[in-house]
Amino acid sequence: MAKTIVLERKPLSFSERTYLPQIATGLKTTFSNMFKPKVTLQYPEEKPHIPNNYRGVPTLVKDPNGREKCVSCQLCEFVCPPKAIRITPGSVPEDQEQREHVEKAPQEFEINMLRCIYCGYCQEVCPEEAIFLQDQYSSSGYSREEMINNKQKLYELGGTLPDRHYKWDKKKQAEVHGNTH
Amino acid sequence: MTFDWMPDTLWFSVLLKVFYALMMIGAVMTMAGYSVLAERKVSAWMQGRVGPNRTVLPFVESIPFFGPFLKGLGIFQPLADGLKFLFKEEIVPGHVNKFYYYLAPLVALVPALTTMTVLPFGQIYWEDGSVTTLALADLEVGILFVFAVSSLGVYGIALAGWSSNNKYSFLGGIRSSAQMISYELAMGLSLLPVFLWVAAPGVSSSGLSISGIANAQEGAAWLFIVQPLSALIFLIALFAETNRLPFDMPESETDLVGGFHTEYGSFKFGIFFVAEYAHIVIGSALFTLLFLGGWHFLPFMNDPWPENWIGSLIGVGWFLCKTIFLIFFFIWIRWTLPRFRYDQVMHLGWTKLLPIALANLIVYIVIVTILDGSF
Repeated sequence: MAKTIVLERKPLSFSERTYLPQIATGLKTTFSNMFKPKVTLQYPEEKPHIPNNYRGVPTLVKDPNGREKCVSCQLCEFVCPPKAIRITPGSVPEDQEQREHVEKAPQEFEINMLRCIYCGYCQEVCPEEAIFLQDQYSSSGYSREEMINNKQKLYELGGTLPDRHYKWDKKKQAEVHGNTH
Repeated sequence: MTFDWMPDTLWFSVLLKVFYALMMIGAVMTMAGYSVLAERKVSAWMQGRVGPNRTVLPFVESIPFFGPFLKGLGIFQPLADGLKFLFKEEIVPGHVNKFYYYLAPLVALVPALTTMTVLPFGQIYWEDGSVTTLALADLEVGILFVFAVSSLGVYGIALAGWSSNNKYSFLGGIRSSAQMISYELAMGLSLLPVFLWVAAPGVSSSGLSISGIANAQEGAAWLFIVQPLSALIFLIALFAETNRLPFDMPESETDLVGGFHTEYGSFKFGIFFVAEYAHIVIGSALFTLLFLGGWHFLPFMNDPWPENWIGSLIGVGWFLCKTIFLIFFFIWIRWTLPRFRYDQVMHLGWTKLLPIALANLIVYIVIVTILDGSF
């Protein structure tokens, strides 16, 4: 059992019992607070600093070569707890030679922001590092339809992120050199 | 006051009085409106915020430097606040007593505006050396009138609490009346030594005129210095009478939702709001007149300004400065002290302030008697 120490309390002096010196001290504190720098932001004009690991609105990103990274594997759709993601898979058009070896791409990719809980599972599960929760935190709209981000909107929001792997370029190189694995 | 060029007919003097009254209402209401802004701004600054800084009239914003400065100060915020109250939907709950429900805001506002008729705010120096006090009615019994009328304001709050047929409102109304009764006594008693002190030795009856007290402090010590205890008790009682924190029992929003105005909305709430701030303005002016020398310069100094119309204007301005400082003090206290518990308010009023005010009175009776040599 913890040892309890009973502190002797000094009886209040007369000036302390009138509370007036304490009130004066309080007034001094509030007065000096008036001249301290303000801690608030002028919100719509000034935005707060968003840290790098912030989980904002989920977005689709392209690699620095401008290629669509998503291969429509639907893992994010599968893992999404509130079922906010809908993917309509499609194939990569034949004429896009620089995307050789990638077989699939999303024909349509929808994230319903009314359902999304910003858990970040989609980012975690994505094998292509194509979906990221970035720094946007404020999404608003006048209708339910407006709150569903389609593929075009998702790419607009996501932009381009640096890529560490260039996975499909390596695969192509490997095939050229006769070593697919 | 009259000038030579004015026709000396009855209708003209009536018209003149009406004009003066409207000007006074305009001044006090403007000050009440801007006290609301001051409250919002000062509270924001004390809490590390910026406060209202968005409202601006369209053509003012285009003035370089000056326009944005006014916008940052929120100078136009009272306009927006007032318009908001005007345009809000007027909701009357079904269970209220309609007559008293509508009457209550008016009963709260009228006494607050009536007290200002007897408040002097400056002097006019005439060419022949005579001096007239600037006031709508410079009554000989001014302070008595102020006390009599200003305590009527509690009827507005009590009526609002009762007619709303709501437990929160009712509790607010009851608390307000109990508080008003408790502090009225101490307030009155704290002022008696002031009048004793001001009455010249040998004068058998001392006047109750407010301008008399203000003028007695010219070139002499302010009564705040002579009678600090009276000033302190009066100030505390003033906080209680104007229902300001730490005595805002009637509306203590943490335990009573909104207190007496829980069921009020739109412009009826606006009237309560204005009445509260008008009370603060008038209370500050009263404290300035009684204890801070009114429109006179500084304690122990004669007014440095010339005895003509410029001097009058400076005097009025100086009086306004002191009043505005006191309004600031009201706000300052509000954001410094937490609210008293209800029983603490009663305890302070009855067992502390009232005996101290009585003892203070007796001590000053003895002192004044000795000084006068009339024992």
